[in-house]
Amino acid sequence: MAKKLPPVDVVLVGFGWTGAIMAQELTEAGLQVLALERGGWRDTPTHFPTTVAPDELRFYWRHEMFQDTARETLTFRNNDSQTALPMRRWGSFLPGSGVGGSGVHWNGQTFRFLPSDFVAASHNTDRYGPLPEGMTVQDYGVTYDELETHFDRFEKLCGIGGKAGNLRGALQAGGNPFEGRRSDDYPNPPMEMTFAQKQFGMAARELGLNPFPAPSANMSRPYTNPLGVQLAPCTYCGFCEKYGCGNYSKAIPQTTILPVLMGKHNFTLKTHNEVLEITRDSSGRRATGVTHVDVHGEVFEQPAEIVILCAYPLQNARLMMLSGIGRTYDPRSGEGLVGKNYCYQVVSSVDVFYEDRYTNQFVGAGALGMVIDEYNGDNFDHAGLGFIGGGYLACWTTNARPIETHRTPEGTPEWGAGWKKAVKENFLKSTGVSTHGASMAYAQNRLDLDPTYTDVYGRPLLRMTYDFTPNDRAMTAYLTERATEIAKRMGGREIKVNAREGAYDSMPYQTTHNTGGTIMGSTPANSVVNRYLQSWDVPNLFVMGAGVFPQNAGYNPTGTVAALTYWAAEAIKSRYLPDPGPMVRA
Amino acid sequence: MADQPALPDPTRTFFTAAERACVRAISARLIPSDDTGPGAEEADVVTFIDRQLAGFYGRGERWYTKGPFSEGTEQQGYQFESPPAGLYRKALAALDAHCRRTHEGKAFDELGAEVQDGILTAMEEGELEFEGVAATAFFELVLDNTIEGFFSDPIYGGNRDMVGWRLVGFPGARYDYRDYLDHDGKRLDIPPVGLAGRPEWKTP
Repeated sequence: MAKKLPPVDVVLVGFGWTGAIMAQELTEAGLQVLALERGGWRDTPTHFPTTVAPDELRFYWRHEMFQDTARETLTFRNNDSQTALPMRRWGSFLPGSGVGGSGVHWNGQTFRFLPSDFVAASHNTDRYGPLPEGMTVQDYGVTYDELETHFDRFEKLCGIGGKAGNLRGALQAGGNPFEGRRSDDYPNPPMEMTFAQKQFGMAARELGLNPFPAPSANMSRPYTNPLGVQLAPCTYCGFCEKYGCGNYSKAIPQTTILPVLMGKHNFTLKTHNEVLEITRDSSGRRATGVTHVDVHGEVFEQPAEIVILCAYPLQNARLMMLSGIGRTYDPRSGEGLVGKNYCYQVVSSVDVFYEDRYTNQFVGAGALGMVIDEYNGDNFDHAGLGFIGGGYLACWTTNARPIETHRTPEGTPEWGAGWKKAVKENFLKSTGVSTHGASMAYAQNRLDLDPTYTDVYGRPLLRMTYDFTPNDRAMTAYLTERATEIAKRMGGREIKVNAREGAYDSMPYQTTHNTGGTIMGSTPANSVVNRYLQSWDVPNLFVMGAGVFPQNAGYNPTGTVAALTYWAAEAIKSRYLPDPGPMVRA
Repeated sequence: MADQPALPDPTRTFFTAAERACVRAISARLIPSDDTGPGAEEADVVTFIDRQLAGFYGRGERWYTKGPFSEGTEQQGYQFESPPAGLYRKALAALDAHCRRTHEGKAFDELGAEVQDGILTAMEEGELEFEGVAATAFFELVLDNTIEGFFSDPIYGGNRDMVGWRLVGFPGARYDYRDYLDHDGKRLDIPPVGLAGRPEWKTP
């Protein structure tokens, strides 16, 4: 029998970026907020100071920052003809665990989606005609203009360094000319660019493109955010993604919100407590709270007026399924919505090798890069191309961590004297142009519960059925050709094209941008949550995170995830609290 | 997980003497010592692998190990019932039997470099089949672990004297390169440093 705990106003399931933002906003509104995090407490001086953080084996290859697959993983298959098998260790993506979630080990590449990304279905249909058969792309139900001030808030919270391209409608030289209208510039200037970015910028300009500095959550100067929390200048140590920042130089929940939040009398955090189920009353239309289990195996019943899912997207979808809220999507009947429109990110790259110039990539940072956006979203005419969407191309210098990053030219053997010679000769003299492609939803790609494999508590694992789609393949081929054109002009001795071909492989690292499964939309017939991220079925349940993306755009998701969280928090405060109930009438 | 000690206990080992000799010989072919510089031998990669297999990694403590087990597709990753240490044990026994059967009773480490390379290539390309264990999967695992042992911080027992880092020019566990941002494509000669410093820092 579960022990019943005193009720709270709000319970947050998971405590990463969305949990921290929501907690800060709702405690400011005077609510009693409890966050339940299944991982442990983590802070900079204890868990990843500069004398500990730069350890490639421990943090990346031995997965210290990530969810523990021994306790729970997901199963994977490319398509329905296969049997899904457990991802016994992480590979293609790396969900985080513990306070700060994946927000602790991100690179800090902080984009806004394009205005047209939020209306992908109607925009592309208007311009190019009906979507291809099987493509289940839809509009978000919220527009860029509605989210603009929320993007701006997150950029100021984090001290994002960048260069505006569209300031209140006026195009700005040196910024991204394709971005949506901004109400304000970035709070900090761009990062310092290195040799590789200069070569990329020169090559891009020769091609008539408009390179701009990547928006970065690695501090370009000392910064005090609107909450009064201080961040230190980035030292370009090259240990961002997959690592905690020892320098307080990367915006993460711990360096932006937690120092203010943790001292509040109306906020409580419980770590090492995993939520098992969202509980409901007999009508099924009202969440009564959650049940959770601590490290001793004791189960608690936590009543709450509002339940907000703030875990990783894959977890949010699974918890909805395990709690029986909504119907799990079935592609054969087309019915059900939870688990629908699982999308990813379609990435490729072109390496550049120099003969006598040194890229010195150990002088790097997670969001140190130059970017072009000519081939993203609908920034270019897709007539006759056979796909919609696109992606940015960038020259990043993020690291020279040698187990992970040792580029070798075409024809290099995988081991032995030839491999060793090539690694030695090219380690400090290579860079690359990467493509960061969108992922459009198709009927067959989805999440549901696995019929065979279970977690440490005996509950079904999530099952992922996913492969690249015809749209993805045409798009990534096009983007890779464009990247090749730039790479050839960057002054190197030779290039190597790393195209994204064949079936999606769950093992080689690609990116931790898993989206969909709890999608947002305009009606209960096409979405799990409404435009305010409120469950259609259970109006006092909200779902945050990239799981609400109906499809993924050609940008890193965190900026848009955070803007949507601020937008939802605003709606809860200004509309839901005065009049609890559905904020959109079905 | 963060509460577990980061470093493997150097007194705990996994390999038998014969296994150790074999893995040492394999790693020496994967990253050979030659005129480009020191290889896996000087980096003491075998000690790194031995300590890894004796610890949580070898036991698969952070891997999902529930059954049922089946082979799966290439895209589904590692699907063996044995965690890494168990796979090494089985595969090394099978490799030893294969070598002795086909090479007049000799163990892998007693063979010439060219013969060794031929066996490794056959494992890599799936031309060699071992009883009850996938030779290709073992090859991939030992190659991954060899590269880890060559390039990880010296605190784990490999990359001894930072020979792996020195070979490629990686300056190691540093945390401030602001002075070098304007390198403009020129070579920087920055000596490496590990999480525990440099050998010469230690007082005798």
